[in-house]
Amino acid sequence: MADIAFLLLVFFLVTTTMDTDKGLRVKLPPYPDFTNPPPKTEQYERNVLEVLVNSNDQLLVENQLMSIEGLTKLTKDHLTNEGRNPKLAESSLKAIVSLKNDRGTSYERYLEVYNELMRAYNEVRNEYALAKYGRPYNDLPGNGESAKDVKTKYPMKISEAEPVSYGEGG
Amino acid sequence: MSKFKKNSKKESPGINTSSLPDIVFMLLFFFMVATKMRDPKVLVTTAVPIVSEVEKVEKKSWVNYILVGPPRDPAVAGTAPRIQLDDKFADVADVQQYIILKRNEHPEAIRDYLTTSIKSDRSVKMGLIQDIKQELRQVNALKVLYSASGGEVHEH
Repeated sequence: MADIAFLLLVFFLVTTTMDTDKGLRVKLPPYPDFTNPPPKTEQYERNVLEVLVNSNDQLLVENQLMSIEGLTKLTKDHLTNEGRNPKLAESSLKAIVSLKNDRGTSYERYLEVYNELMRAYNEVRNEYALAKYGRPYNDLPGNGESAKDVKTKYPMKISEAEPVSYGEGG
Repeated sequence: MSKFKKNSKKESPGINTSSLPDIVFMLLFFFMVATKMRDPKVLVTTAVPIVSEVEKVEKKSWVNYILVGPPRDPAVAGTAPRIQLDDKFADVADVQQYIILKRNEHPEAIRDYLTTSIKSDRSVKMGLIQDIKQELRQVNALKVLYSASGGEVHEH
């Protein structure tokens, strides 16, 4: 009897999971210091992939209406361009993705777009890690040289514009 | 009736304890199954979006939660999305105070690792989220987790 009880006990111990929180991890930029603004850095337009989401949840990428399915592909092209296409980034080190949204954009749509950008970065990093180290990025030793190399090669630069209020609700 | 007299003179036998472990285990299981983890009072609906690139939080106690969504009881709180901090409704202006309070509960060494989890309903407009983000930036709480459940968004 005790055996059965222990078996059950162990079973419950193993199967019970505390629900941990999951989600997209982001780092916000520090609050701008208005008295002492940072020097403006000149960004070439080709290095910045401009993504806009309007209040009707429509997507505008580089001034062209786009469906979300193509966003990952385009972002990956942007990151891995290395100067080939004159409209996309000069190198992965300089590539920036700029994400702008309206106050009326739905949170779901915003996360969906953010997710596609994250996916592009993750895939690009994975491919690079596989080609160079023979393993996906997540399997590289945590703080090792290889992981750091991949990270410096494809730094995640998703910039979010300072919010501007259009019309009501500002 | 000499039989009964004989017995009454003898000492009564000890209680059989062989089933005691069973009773103890039964109690243990009863409490294990019946006990719920402390469930905070949730005042707003938070049906989080589904995304594919989810990450887990490393340490649960290092996370502060901001819940955003339409109130569960529209008769009392209306239908417009509200912010919930701890067990109460709050305004955007309360976010800073909340983060500072929570930060002070932790030792100085780990304060930089604290994450704020924004658990928001998918229907919420970005205007509100942006306001919260601005507040977070002002108190230098820059690590943010947009709470979401893992899954495939759409077929590729």
